[in-house]
Amino acid sequence: MYQYNSFDRDFLAERNAQFRAQVERRIDGSLTEDEFKPLRLMNGLYLQLHAYMLRVAIPYGTLNGGQMNVLADVADKWDKGYGHFTTRQNIQYNWPELRDVPDMLDALGEVGMHAIQTSGNTIRNVTSDHFAGAAADEIEDPRPTAELLRQWSTDHPEFQFLPRKFKIAVTGSPNDRAVTKAHDIGLRMIRNEAGEPGYEVIVGGGLGRTPMIGKVLREFLPKADLLPYAEAIVSVYNLLGRRDNKYKARIKITVHENGIDTIRDLVEERFALLKPQFGGIDQEMLAGIEAQFATPEWTQASIAPFNAAYHENPVFRSWVDTNITKHRNDDYAIVSISIKKQGKTPGDATSEQMRVMAEIARDYAHDELRISHEQNVILPHVHKSHLPAIHARLREVELATANIGLISDIIACPGMDYCALATARSIPVAQQIATRFDELKLEHDIGELKIKISGCINACGHHHVGHIGILGLDRAGVENYQITLGGDHTETAAVGERAGPGFAYDEIVPAIERLIAAYLELRSGEDELFIETYRRLGMAPFKAALYPSNSEGVKANAA
Amino acid sequence: MSKPFTPKVVTANALLEGDVIYLTADDQWSRAIEDAEVIEDEAHGDLRVLFGQSQPNEVVGVYLADVKMTETGPEPVHFREEFRTKGPSNYNHGKQAELT
Repeated sequence: MYQYNSFDRDFLAERNAQFRAQVERRIDGSLTEDEFKPLRLMNGLYLQLHAYMLRVAIPYGTLNGGQMNVLADVADKWDKGYGHFTTRQNIQYNWPELRDVPDMLDALGEVGMHAIQTSGNTIRNVTSDHFAGAAADEIEDPRPTAELLRQWSTDHPEFQFLPRKFKIAVTGSPNDRAVTKAHDIGLRMIRNEAGEPGYEVIVGGGLGRTPMIGKVLREFLPKADLLPYAEAIVSVYNLLGRRDNKYKARIKITVHENGIDTIRDLVEERFALLKPQFGGIDQEMLAGIEAQFATPEWTQASIAPFNAAYHENPVFRSWVDTNITKHRNDDYAIVSISIKKQGKTPGDATSEQMRVMAEIARDYAHDELRISHEQNVILPHVHKSHLPAIHARLREVELATANIGLISDIIACPGMDYCALATARSIPVAQQIATRFDELKLEHDIGELKIKISGCINACGHHHVGHIGILGLDRAGVENYQITLGGDHTETAAVGERAGPGFAYDEIVPAIERLIAAYLELRSGEDELFIETYRRLGMAPFKAALYPSNSEGVKANAA
Repeated sequence: MSKPFTPKVVTANALLEGDVIYLTADDQWSRAIEDAEVIEDEAHGDLRVLFGQSQPNEVVGVYLADVKMTETGPEPVHFREEFRTKGPSNYNHGKQAELT
């Protein structure tokens, strides 16, 4: 993975020193809150309901054991011993004190981590496929592209005050695990008919209050043209994007209002101007970055111990069947560590858990870890012979839950338990759904099902693209939850359809239970997934289950 | 016709810790809503918000929050404000932990 050079280190040290001085000036009164707020946001520092929150980037979700250990140290020393992994491959600390934040950033800087541009109207942390470099279906590792974009976008002088935030995601596989169609720019690495590498460029996707699936701006962009083309897109948006209305400022609205063809013409025009200015230096840098993402030296060993454990130990077998994904090397596996034990907060890991994951990565997994947008932690390269030992170690710290992709593997934003923007809680809803279906022992029978919960219209919990989406709202001073069905976060991305009136806080779990009971009744066989049944039958039978014509239904309808 | 004024307290976050705080009648900031001055009059409310905003080196984001009167003092009306008096519901963190 990418190692910081002296330029990166000096830049980060200088930036942290700058922020330290800004914090001091805020505390001594030289800066007002209005002056300080944009500065702290550019360095990832929010003020939430109960405390400050520091959002640290995990660029394209990749980190090593040493970095994970520092994340644990920061949690212990300056927070309450845990961190929250987010849908944009960041980690959030919920309880830092203002005076400590510069020290936290310095500690992170020691291992090449930062919180730069994790907030504000800038280009945010570039996200990617959490299976990058390991997936069996991969065309090319997307991380060098993501790192190149990180370097280009960090402190880019033209793009520090965009009309609104700007999110880029890159995938190197045809199976889209990076939700590229719900990003301001989505890049899909492809090859043209001549076999040359390039990108399909998607623009104007996004969730939030106006969910939109991204549109193809360029069907094939040669790999070497990426930076001038990206710069062309962002500069066209920078001029055209609306600054008069925050809710119409994202590029999805710019594309919607101007039309994709107009945007394409403007981008191509700008690209023609910019391309000569890059002069190939970006490609030299990319080559240097690519060399750092070399394939690990594969372990040569027998996988007999794995096969034996798989046949002997049913708990291990269940975990393997649920949490392991096919690796491009047949002797290897991709391990998804569930940070979603039923009843726990989705995405929260304690410092002890972080240290154990770091230790496992170092001892068994080529010292590599990933954070997925689904708020789990991935060991991308594990020789199968190590799986029994890894499973045993994970069990000791409650990290061996076999529920990846199942009903309790829920994405949930922090919601009103932490977030100042939230209109309702998300975390307790996720906890109750996960606990309920665990009690019913139905989880594995139900099979793959994506529930995604947001505590407000901004959709950090990706509810629009959940097979079942739950949106928490404030209706006349009471929490109320809307259900959407049929969303899809993959390469066949789709925005879910609202099922009907919302449900009260104590009604939402029973409503989900009715929905699942209906699915189990309606599915054509055990192999038909919830989303497939929904696509086959449409909304009507599920709506009937959600709103039965009894008194309960009337109450729900009235809410 | 404007709505009748309902009881309110002045609340904010502490600059250094980020804690939820309430303005008391004797111009102090308290972590407990029970200590807050209950404001019954709109003009007085405006003055108290201005007073809070005049201390930018101590507090951030001053505003008025609706309360209802109980035997133990003011209590929040809205659930968001109720969470602010306690802390998150998933852990015993924040004010609920400090109070026990």
